[in-house]
Amino acid sequence: MPAFARTTWFRLALLFTVLQLAVVLLVLLGVYRLTAAHVDARMDQMLAAEIEALETVFRRAGLPGLAREVAERSEQGLDSMIYLLADPRGGRVVGNLSGWPAEVRPDGTVRTIELTDPTREGRRVPVAARAFGLPAGHRILVGIDRSERRELQARIEIALAWAVGLTLVAGLVVGGWFGRRALRQVDVINATTTRIVEGSLGERVPRSGAGDELDRLAENMNRMLDRIAHLMGGLRTVTDAVAHDLRTPLTRLRARLETALAAPDLTEGARRSLEESVQECDRLLGIFRALLGIAEAEAAAGGEAVAEVDLAALATDVAELYGPAAEEKGLALELRTGAGPVPVVGNPQLLAQALANLLDNAVKFTPAGGRVSVVADRTDDGRPRLAVADTGPGIPVGERERVLDRFVRLEPSRSTPGHGLGLSLVDAVARRHGARLSLEGATPGLRVVLLFPGGERRLRAGVGAEAAGR
Amino acid sequence: MRILVIEDDAGAAAYVAKGLREAGHAVDHAADGTQGLFLAAAEPYDVLIVDRMLPGRDGLAVIEVLRATGNRTPALILSALGSVDDRVRGLRAGGDDYLTKPFAFAELLARVEALGRRAAPEPAATRLKVADLELDLLARTATRGGRPIALLPREFRLLEHLMRHAGQVVTRTMLLEKVWDYHFDPQTNVIDVHIARLRQKVDRDFPSPLIHTVRGAGYRLGP
Repeated sequence: MPAFARTTWFRLALLFTVLQLAVVLLVLLGVYRLTAAHVDARMDQMLAAEIEALETVFRRAGLPGLAREVAERSEQGLDSMIYLLADPRGGRVVGNLSGWPAEVRPDGTVRTIELTDPTREGRRVPVAARAFGLPAGHRILVGIDRSERRELQARIEIALAWAVGLTLVAGLVVGGWFGRRALRQVDVINATTTRIVEGSLGERVPRSGAGDELDRLAENMNRMLDRIAHLMGGLRTVTDAVAHDLRTPLTRLRARLETALAAPDLTEGARRSLEESVQECDRLLGIFRALLGIAEAEAAAGGEAVAEVDLAALATDVAELYGPAAEEKGLALELRTGAGPVPVVGNPQLLAQALANLLDNAVKFTPAGGRVSVVADRTDDGRPRLAVADTGPGIPVGERERVLDRFVRLEPSRSTPGHGLGLSLVDAVARRHGARLSLEGATPGLRVVLLFPGGERRLRAGVGAEAAGR
Repeated sequence: MRILVIEDDAGAAAYVAKGLREAGHAVDHAADGTQGLFLAAAEPYDVLIVDRMLPGRDGLAVIEVLRATGNRTPALILSALGSVDDRVRGLRAGGDDYLTKPFAFAELLARVEALGRRAAPEPAATRLKVADLELDLLARTATRGGRPIALLPREFRLLEHLMRHAGQVVTRTMLLEKVWDYHFDPQTNVIDVHIARLRQKVDRDFPSPLIHTVRGAGYRLGP
């Protein structure tokens, strides 16, 4: 089924075509009935008139007169009339019919019969016939050829076929055209929204200018997007303000603490508390950095740093970075990459950071003797995949959605260092790259999978961030 | 070294200048981009420290103009914007290093000294030698006191970086950036573990250690 055939437009056109067909059929049927009735009535009249005329001749001039009249009418009368004057045995006396048809009895009733008519090239034609018995055993048959009615029926059937065909063709063509046209507009809208969802917030739906409902929908979508861009701009201003207004005093605070630490006459206690204060500052600044990093990934900035990234090489590098740390903890770190590179288009730093966060968590939460594995390969349908699995405690099914939220740390992990932003960043990076992040249970442990979109896909970021009023 | 600090925040500028002077450098200060550009073009500095957002003329514009006129003085960009994109933009404009505010002074000092060293044209050495530790850059082999040391490729690059900056403090972030090319801070200190590994191979069997931990800053390689 082609795509346009699934549009509402096409279905509507199809529905209207069917309705129209029904109307055309009804009208033609009505016309046929009326015309047929009229033709029947006229033939009946003609037959009756003919019989009346012959009856008058018979009454006035007897059998010989009737025979003459019949002969004359057979020769010169209307083509459609059929006459036969027969002797008591049924043999032809005069008339344009060769023999007495067996199914007609001379009782004056009208009977429709099929006759092979010699005057009409031997075709079998329908005939409405009436026969009467005459004194002395003679009989007369008067009939009228009703093939005219059959022709009428045939013509109406042809008209019907044409009407049905034309209506169908017109309906399908018009419906298909409207369907395609609507589909084109909807496709444009869909493509635009897809790009917007992927991060190009500056995209707008092009207007067709037709002023129809789809055009108005596009206009409203654009207004909605402008509003969102405005709100996001506000949010970005707030984030920037947080970055600037909170980080600057914090920097000064840290600088003062460092200056104070440089004094030569510090007591050991004072030194320790100053050092702890510096660490506290660094922790706070680390949280700010992580938050801003997530905001950055979500706002789809970073367009200039976009490149083709080989996930296999990336996994190898990041795994190598964490290798000694894992070994130190007594964990086996295992790297599995498929044959050949696994290219995706994206921001290499953000992707590396996401993978580093995943490995960080895995190494942090897996008890000694466990195993952490990093996989970079393609799924069976060719989509690039990045996965980190561990043999740690895992995450209960109900909590898996929640750990992606910012600052969420599960109860057992409260004692380990961290700020609960690691997975939020992974989530933001995943969404930024159009990848699906899923947390699955391994037995035992946790398996985090990033499934990237397959095919030739270009990341259109940065442009959107600029246009969104950066 | 002679260092020019172009920074509009007086407090930050004073803090940086004071620290650099204490470390033995001569420091000039410009409070806006135009004055900074004028000074940088007129005087021979070893390193420029340029804030990204400046009144008058943007920090990136200052560097772009300098580079366009053939001035190759190493420049370190300071910025409150830490995104990957901003870093790329900064380096593309001609900056040599990029440091996000807030920073630890030790980090700034280490980077400034590394940049100043780079200004002196380095002979295309094929061997690096610090005390009895020798690195053959062509054969990718290391020996200490004549004894070969088996190094993994990454360990070799780590040691090479430390040796190229022998006597200077190299921070963990610098190592992560220069040896791994990652510009984010890992939550756990993976670099320390790598250094510990390297130490095992380089220092364990020898009486005098060459890799020193500098408290609150990073590492230094030297006798």
